Amino acid sequence: MQCSTSSWRISTPSTTYGRGLRSLSLATIITIAAALALVFFYAPLDASQGFVQKIFYVHVPLAIVSLCGFVFGGLLAIGYLRTGDRRWDMRSYVAIHMALIFGVGGLITGSIWAKASWGHWWVWNEPTLVSFLIVLLLFATYQPLRFSIEDPERQSRYASVFSIVGGAFVPLNYLAVQLATAYVHPRVLTLGGANLPPSMGLTFVVALIGFALLYVTLWKYEMAAKNARSQVRRLRRTLLGDDIARPAGRSAAPS
Amino acid sequence: MRTALVVLRKDLRLELRTFETVPAMVLFALVTFVIFHFGLNRPTIDGQLAAGVLTVTLLFAAMLGINRLFVAEREQGGFDAFLLAPVDRTAMLLAKAGALFLFLVVLEVIAIPAFKLFLLGPSLGPPLPGLILVLALADLGLAVIGTLVSAIAVQTRARDLIGPVIGLPLLLPALIATARAAGPLLAGAHPATAPPGRWLAILALYDVVFALLAYAVFDFLLED
Repeated sequence: MQCSTSSWRISTPSTTYGRGLRSLSLATIITIAAALALVFFYAPLDASQGFVQKIFYVHVPLAIVSLCGFVFGGLLAIGYLRTGDRRWDMRSYVAIHMALIFGVGGLITGSIWAKASWGHWWVWNEPTLVSFLIVLLLFATYQPLRFSIEDPERQSRYASVFSIVGGAFVPLNYLAVQLATAYVHPRVLTLGGANLPPSMGLTFVVALIGFALLYVTLWKYEMAAKNARSQVRRLRRTLLGDDIARPAGRSAAPS
Repeated sequence: MRTALVVLRKDLRLELRTFETVPAMVLFALVTFVIFHFGLNRPTIDGQLAAGVLTVTLLFAAMLGINRLFVAEREQGGFDAFLLAPVDRTAMLLAKAGALFLFLVVLEVIAIPAFKLFLLGPSLGPPLPGLILVLALADLGLAVIGTLVSAIAVQTRARDLIGPVIGLPLLLPALIATARAAGPLLAGAHPATAPPGRWLAILALYDVVFALLAYAVFDFLLED
């Protein structure tokens, strides 16, 4: 990541998030395509659940990437509190924003899987699902919190504190809910290793890498877009004057 | 440490002179017990149900206190005065968490007998020491997380909304552990005398982690 030489010189781009974006996008597309090919043509059908078990290769990677994204956002927020550089806050914001989208996807696919294999859209005795819902409920308040603080500097500071607390909350909450619930179905992934046949394991790992790459790619795209927008605004402000370059509309997103 | 005690004494004196927060929390808890009586349509409750009712009532009553915690500081310039003084900012966290803890203790001293009177079936005598231990650990967690959440929420535009909305999910693991630890103590047939160690450990771990976390980040909530 290249950092700015000086923020007031408009001729130099402050940060280049666009670099490597094309090859990264290609790698993401290839990996996800490979993962889908493996899911449909290589991984065997599950003996008891049949075809619907294949949603596992989408649902679990989405959920894992989303949780890692929340923790990642918390780590980036530490960067903001240490340096006071608002770009760290923007990185943290985009990380959490993307993780939320992945998280909603994970919750919906999980619900579909639950309906197909257990007959209910929602089951309380699946600890992973419940703890995931709680984490999602917590991070759903991230944007309302930002919205209700007007001063941009304070907004960044408070959002960073929230992200750090939330990042630490993820593993703790997982532990508490895990212990609160009795297991009803066999663990697919345990700390001792994956309880999967090798062909399913390989497919799963490729899918996980694919979704992780997708997350990184989308993160970089949004960072590049935000960066470009702020540079355009800075140029407008220099050329046209301050009042014209006000951002349109009210937004919780840092800019 | 001395600063924290001074601020704590200020908060307690304020509360003693205005009687603003704690009576509201107590009344809220009593009314909630009555509501639970009619909502559940039962003369007495026991076991996990009783533990759940008690925990939820205390949590919501605590939410009232959490919302009010920093209001005086914000409205009457207490933050500015505190920031101008050459003192460690963590003292504010200690003082406010201490004040909230004491408020919760007063609340429980009144609400637990009322709970026995209104709703609880089994006797409260044998499991009382265990229950006190569980509630003390729960209060610690509520006090620390409540102070952190209140300090975040008080600077926002919709502070009465933001406080509970952030606070409830953050407190959920502590709520789970409290309810599960208190459940066997309130059982109707064979009440346990000691709470399950696993849940006490979770509660204690949660308290310790969030206390350290609050200590680390609290300074940033008091800047400018």
